Amino acid sequence: MRKPDVVCAEIPSRADAIANARELGEPEPGMLKWTRICRIDEIPRLGARVVRRGVAPNIAVFRTASDMFYALADRCPHRGGPLSQGIVYGERVACPLHNTNVELDSGCAVAPDKGRVQRFMVKVEADFVYVDLEIQADGNH
Amino acid sequence: MKTMKLVCVGNGMAGVRTIEELLKLAPDLFDITIFGAEPHPNYNRILLSPVLAGEQTLDEIVLNDREWYAQHSITLEAGKKVTTIDRVRRVVVADDGTEAEYDRLLLATGSNPVILPIPGNALEGVLTYRDIADTEAMIEAATRCRNAVVIGGGLLGLEAANGLRVRGMDVTVVHLLDSLMERQLDRTAAKLLQNSLEARGLKFLLPKQTSEIVAGESGSVCAVRFKDSETISADLVVMAVGVRPNTALAQAARLHCSRGIVVSDTMQTFDPRIYAVGECVNHRGIAYGLVAPLFEMAKVCANHLAGFGIGRYPGSLTSTKLKVTGIDLFSAGDFVGGEGTEHITLSDPVAGIYKKLVLKDEKLVGAVLYGDTLDGAYYFRLLREGRSVTDVRDRLMFGEANLGDTGHLGQNRAAAMSDDMEVCGCNGVCKGAIVKAIREQKLYTLDDVRKHTKASSSCGSCTGLVEQLLISVAGADYSAAPRQKPLCGCTDHTHAEVRKAIRDEKILTITDALLLLGWRTPNGCAACRPALNYYLISTWPHEARDDPQSRFINERAHANIQKDGTFSVVPRMWGGITNSSELRRIADVVDKYAIPTVKVTGGQRIDLLGVKKQDLPAVWRDLDMPSGHAYAKALRTVKTCVGSEWCRFGVQDSTRMGQELERALWRMYAPHKVKLAVSGCPRNCAESGIKDVGVIGVDSGWEIYVAGNGGIKTEVAQFLVKVKSHDEVLEHAGAFLQLYREEGWYLERTVHFVHRVGLDYVKKRVLDDPEGRKVLHERLLFALKGEPDPWAERASGIGRQEFESLEPATEAAL
Repeated sequence: MRKPDVVCAEIPSRADAIANARELGEPEPGMLKWTRICRIDEIPRLGARVVRRGVAPNIAVFRTASDMFYALADRCPHRGGPLSQGIVYGERVACPLHNTNVELDSGCAVAPDKGRVQRFMVKVEADFVYVDLEIQADGNH
Repeated sequence: MKTMKLVCVGNGMAGVRTIEELLKLAPDLFDITIFGAEPHPNYNRILLSPVLAGEQTLDEIVLNDREWYAQHSITLEAGKKVTTIDRVRRVVVADDGTEAEYDRLLLATGSNPVILPIPGNALEGVLTYRDIADTEAMIEAATRCRNAVVIGGGLLGLEAANGLRVRGMDVTVVHLLDSLMERQLDRTAAKLLQNSLEARGLKFLLPKQTSEIVAGESGSVCAVRFKDSETISADLVVMAVGVRPNTALAQAARLHCSRGIVVSDTMQTFDPRIYAVGECVNHRGIAYGLVAPLFEMAKVCANHLAGFGIGRYPGSLTSTKLKVTGIDLFSAGDFVGGEGTEHITLSDPVAGIYKKLVLKDEKLVGAVLYGDTLDGAYYFRLLREGRSVTDVRDRLMFGEANLGDTGHLGQNRAAAMSDDMEVCGCNGVCKGAIVKAIREQKLYTLDDVRKHTKASSSCGSCTGLVEQLLISVAGADYSAAPRQKPLCGCTDHTHAEVRKAIRDEKILTITDALLLLGWRTPNGCAACRPALNYYLISTWPHEARDDPQSRFINERAHANIQKDGTFSVVPRMWGGITNSSELRRIADVVDKYAIPTVKVTGGQRIDLLGVKKQDLPAVWRDLDMPSGHAYAKALRTVKTCVGSEWCRFGVQDSTRMGQELERALWRMYAPHKVKLAVSGCPRNCAESGIKDVGVIGVDSGWEIYVAGNGGIKTEVAQFLVKVKSHDEVLEHAGAFLQLYREEGWYLERTVHFVHRVGLDYVKKRVLDDPEGRKVLHERLLFALKGEPDPWAERASGIGRQEFESLEPATEAAL
């Protein structure tokens, strides 16, 4: 297996976060609040669309060639560039400002660049894309 | 499944580098065992000479410490020499009886010093110069002996002699030929080298053939006798007369050897389970003794070991640099020359500078530099690229700095810079940071340095400086990029090969291109997709499918992205001429959309900065002006002076000429941006001398200049032709630009394109062949025919999705 050349800490999955909270007797992370964003075909393959959230940073929703959908904060870890405007290839996006490459899956910048962007939960159901606009995929509110 | 076993025989630079490359590709594929005859971990053999001269310590030249082996679960059998390969049982056996099984075997046994077959060659006090033990023995001998004789006036011999001299010995160098380093230097340079080494106290006897090494009463060496019976006293003799690939082990295992272990382009020996890399191999008849080729081999070998099966080693060009502090020496390629070659030489004996460049068929084929090796990297690059140097021939001798490729603040001498001086002005990278990265991250290539430090990764004007730093820090010869650079990391194909395939196979979509050209990645990357898209639409206009997702955001949104994610809008003003109603509309748009900044550009237009993306279509609609393409790799502006219509000096109507050119060429996509200018008289107020195409009116017609550049490095445009009529200007300029569109590489400006192909080639296509010129011009007109104004299209609602954000539905499901 080829090791991805991405440097970042292991991020617990949402299920792990809930299980962990139960074990520690802490309040579970809130219920997921799915918001319907658009139809699948409203996001071009190898492209992205932006969801505005008022004062909170925008969310970029990406679609890969193999129809995987990912949602990341629309702010590059390097200098805050809008990742939604970048070129999507494989499972990555290249930031339009200084070409920092970010893994869509983990939100991590590809080595030797450093940093990570917030990820959001996405699901696809019956031709529609849903995103939880509040809860980040790594469990931190 | 059981993990496969890989055994590497040889713990030197080539073997361990291969393992490192392999670990990057397939970290868990093999259980790895490395045998090394020396008791040390892998060290940088190139730097033994600085150790001998007391400039570095042994610890400093270790490349992989023992911890590294442990970290990667590699079994290191140091100090054990493998004596047998049993190819049937697939086992290797070391001299102490240690056995190791293998599924794949990697031979990296390096080379052995040649021992002269003369009486006394095994006496005590006779050494060779190859490894740490030799180096330590010499250092030790220098403390108690007085007279050293070094046999061999090649690279290694001179470095040994210098080291011993620095350590206080009386050193005589004996050489069979009458000229030192004859494989790297011509006579003149060799003589200069000899003089400066003599000035440091070395003595030379040449030509001189050694016939015997004489033993003294104690049984150790006391003198060296020559064929002409002259005898000189010596209590230390170093034999440095060359190396021979170490093939004993391979031969004993009955692997095919002939001046090295014979390998294929995939680094396989005649036993497909056994690979070989480094100095021990014979690849296409050549045994390499320098580090850059070894690293290139390592990369290819690792790829095949990992089972990827991609990549061939096509052989290397090599260059040499002598590592004697204070003596600058560089040579590469065929520096002697022969039939059909021409020489350019510069000789300044007082300053101790000698340079010789050897040219053949208008290409640089060899170089020797003595005293000033600053431009070694530059000449080596020209050599590898094999491009015509006709256009720069008269300035070639004065190096790259003379061609304008210098760093920030114009420095061109990396060594003279202090650590806190800035090398890369785009990314703010200082010399110290680059040197540190090269040392600590063990970087060997320009690309590595770019990735890790960002230096030289933006405008590229400091590339020469970074290469100098690589050479001075990483050792003699850093691993040079392959001769023909692939388009990007997704493929091994070059720009030229990709262009040809798209033309020959009539490829019309990116998907087909990736498939037919065997791309390694499913859908390319941010570097190759825009290039492919351009090649498709420029080769097959009106047929190939333009893919917006493969265009950079600026070309996708038809506006320039700014640092805060807003965009800038530059409407087209034909030839820089505008009027009250356009200006009024611009003013109204600025007010209506609260556009924060309005700026007059250098290209005689107006830039509206800070426009929100969602406002763009409406802004364009209200402006009702065509796109200025200020965001695209396309025709930007045609700058003009007022010309004969108003100017009391003007001799031609430059404004009208400029407008005609702009109307003919707008919407023209190209490998990079294209800027034109037209001046109405030789005073040249429109600055035609630094444009891709510059036109200057003279009393009797128009002069056309091409391939100028006002950007990163200012390049004065070259005179192409003088013509009489407007139509001729349009045809010549159009034909030149179409040639560039068809044969330029993506992101290559006209100045680099013409540098690469040569102005003579451009003249051949555009001037000498009137039919060909017409055909080129017609192809351009065909490509532009019916091409819409992208702003008008989007103002009418086409492609709306690009500019709108998504509105979340209010209902909450689940």
